[in-house]
Amino acid sequence: MLKTTRTILTAIGTIAILGSVTSATQAQEADKITVAYGEDGKYFTEDDVPTFKVAEDGTVDWPTYEGFRRYHSECHVCHGPDGEGSTYAPALKESAVDMDYYDFLEIVAGGRQVVGAADNSVMPEFGTNKNVMCYLDDIYVYLKARGSDAIPRGRPRKKEAKTDAIREAQTDCLEG
Amino acid sequence: MKRILTGAAVLLLSSSLTVTANESVLEATGNSAQWAIQTGDYANTRFSKLNQITRDNVGDLQVAWSFSTGVLRGHEGSPLVIGDVMYVHAPFPNTVYALDLNEDGKIIWKYEPKQDPNVIPVMCCDTVNRGLAYADGKIFLHQADTTVVALDEKTGEVVWSVVNGDPSKGETNTATVMPVKDKVIVGISGGEFGVRGSVTAYNIADGSLAWRAYSMGPDEDILVDPENTTHLGKPIGTDSGLNTWEGDQWKIGGGTTWGWYSYDPELNLIYYGSGNPSTWNPAQRPGDNRWSMTIMARDADTGIAKWFYQMTPHDEWDYDGINEMILTDQEIGGEMRKVLTHFDRNGFGYTLDRVTGELLVAELFDPAVNWTTGVDMDPNSETYGRPQVVAQYSTEQNGEDVNSVGICPAALGSKDQQPAAYSPKTELFYVPTNHVCMDYEPFHVSYTAGQPYVGATLSMYPPEGDSHMGNFIAWDGKTGSIKWSIDEQFSVWSGALATDGDVVFYGTLEGYLKAVDADTGEELYKFKTPSGIIGNVMTYEHGGKQYVAVYSGVGGWAGIGLAAGLTNSTDGLGAVGGYAALSDYTALGGVLTVFALPN
Repeated sequence: MLKTTRTILTAIGTIAILGSVTSATQAQEADKITVAYGEDGKYFTEDDVPTFKVAEDGTVDWPTYEGFRRYHSECHVCHGPDGEGSTYAPALKESAVDMDYYDFLEIVAGGRQVVGAADNSVMPEFGTNKNVMCYLDDIYVYLKARGSDAIPRGRPRKKEAKTDAIREAQTDCLEG
Repeated sequence: MKRILTGAAVLLLSSSLTVTANESVLEATGNSAQWAIQTGDYANTRFSKLNQITRDNVGDLQVAWSFSTGVLRGHEGSPLVIGDVMYVHAPFPNTVYALDLNEDGKIIWKYEPKQDPNVIPVMCCDTVNRGLAYADGKIFLHQADTTVVALDEKTGEVVWSVVNGDPSKGETNTATVMPVKDKVIVGISGGEFGVRGSVTAYNIADGSLAWRAYSMGPDEDILVDPENTTHLGKPIGTDSGLNTWEGDQWKIGGGTTWGWYSYDPELNLIYYGSGNPSTWNPAQRPGDNRWSMTIMARDADTGIAKWFYQMTPHDEWDYDGINEMILTDQEIGGEMRKVLTHFDRNGFGYTLDRVTGELLVAELFDPAVNWTTGVDMDPNSETYGRPQVVAQYSTEQNGEDVNSVGICPAALGSKDQQPAAYSPKTELFYVPTNHVCMDYEPFHVSYTAGQPYVGATLSMYPPEGDSHMGNFIAWDGKTGSIKWSIDEQFSVWSGALATDGDVVFYGTLEGYLKAVDADTGEELYKFKTPSGIIGNVMTYEHGGKQYVAVYSGVGGWAGIGLAAGLTNSTDGLGAVGGYAALSDYTALGGVLTVFALPN
């Protein structure tokens, strides 16, 4: 039921229709996704957490597109195509929706181990890896877009232009 | 005290061991009742002379017994059988069991190494292990963390161990080892972490290092004789592993050695292939990147290379060259030749003269392959032996940050490590293949030790117009042609077995063990095991009865892309997810299933 509501919401274009949201839980979840404002080609929620923006014709914001590319370079060899999960690593499209943004960042940077009799699941530390850390918000918003069914599987076909601000920030991060 | 005693005992015996080690493997593999090496024999034929199970009775096959490994991840390789004992292995944590075949597989001993779990995420594509090796009373395990352990076959006690690499730099292991004469030949994984690949020979007696040959770097590192080591018949010249690279890129150049090894005792040469050059972004490593993507023939005693053949110079698609080298004697052009046959990730089935490295045949074994129009076979041509690249599918020519679409095969190759089999009766190779294409977008990537060093975005999907993602084919290596081909819904990620009973076995990702007629490919038997099969089928005889065994336990690279199903990025919105997901067919779990005919 929750899922259905969310799908309908995102299908309409991720524009907040808070009036139709009935419970506090759902409102909170919508808040993790809903765009409150944009800045130099990036989009944020009311809580200043990065989020995606998908136009009615399917055009995605640049960070979501960049996230698709970086995810399929750095993450997919464990977590599967399109954030769908593999035989041994969880579906990150779910994690990006279920987890708090700051927890998500912490696990990517610091890693996590679930090792026991039945499980040998180890997430490495990517804190020193610029190919991941410089694109972490991009990967996060891409996965959140996937997890909320705002974009389908595969490469996004249309994207907003890459802004100078984004280009400069990437260069600073990679060379800094 | 115990360790010292063991060491002393080994030293005392070492003079006799060095003489017999090679023979112990030859003798063990010569006895068809046993399965004494992962590849069936030194020649990697995966052919068994056992013929109790035939094309006429294989339809009656039943499960005789089964055994859980207790591990969930992908199970590659196969058990060994030496005498009355079966040796079973598992992925990380690399547990080893010795099972008593006289007592329905009762556990004689168990060995479980302690390994740092931090090795898990630096293994590129699941924590698979392709199995144990045997020589001279020892069982060899090459752990995920690159520790090579020699275990006493009777007790499972550690005789010696040696560390081959450094997992904190991304150096890991997935491969088996090959005992040859008084040495054990050991490879390394980590091409996606900028590891510089090498092959190392350790002395079987005590684990001391005998020689190490890198895939790239100075001549003294790559163990070549610039005047006498040849490439397509010509001396390779000095500094070939340096002057085909720009700057210091060779130091993180890849060319890892995680595949299978074969050995010709008469020529005293070992054969293997090297993997992809690092990174996957070709623009960051101008040059031919020698000797990545290369078939290598090296002297077993010294490691000095006799010849090389680089299949994919300056790789642009991750077509590792590590697949098995199958050694056979066949009549080609009216002449008996000692040949080497290799089914490469790049889609070519190669036949070479294994004495000289002369290229005899190079033909595509999947008609879907489109990145090349063929190999230049004219010895007088400047591009002799090179694949002719189609510009549209060249990720180098299309450039960084450009998405090259519709390249066949995908990075996992027309065939990955899953080994083919060869029957001397039919003179055919039985090849498990992938039938998958990809989009590939290279981009600039920076190197951090121990971190992934990939530099390309990939998506994979079946070839246009096809919905099946694998084939099981019979291949004539003399002419380079497909005799028959069976469509499989998923990539065939299981090693094949050919037998004197005219039956060929293989496993599927849904979990079926299948038996087909060696002449026609007609399906004779199938049974659905508990999980998807990425292990290799083996056979042995015990108490006068022939058994066939295989691991199930889905995972590996197959478990990454296929678990969730593949999508075609050129499909329109809403059409995605149209291809079958493996997760609709099977779930995790490592089980050995053993088959036999009814009494």
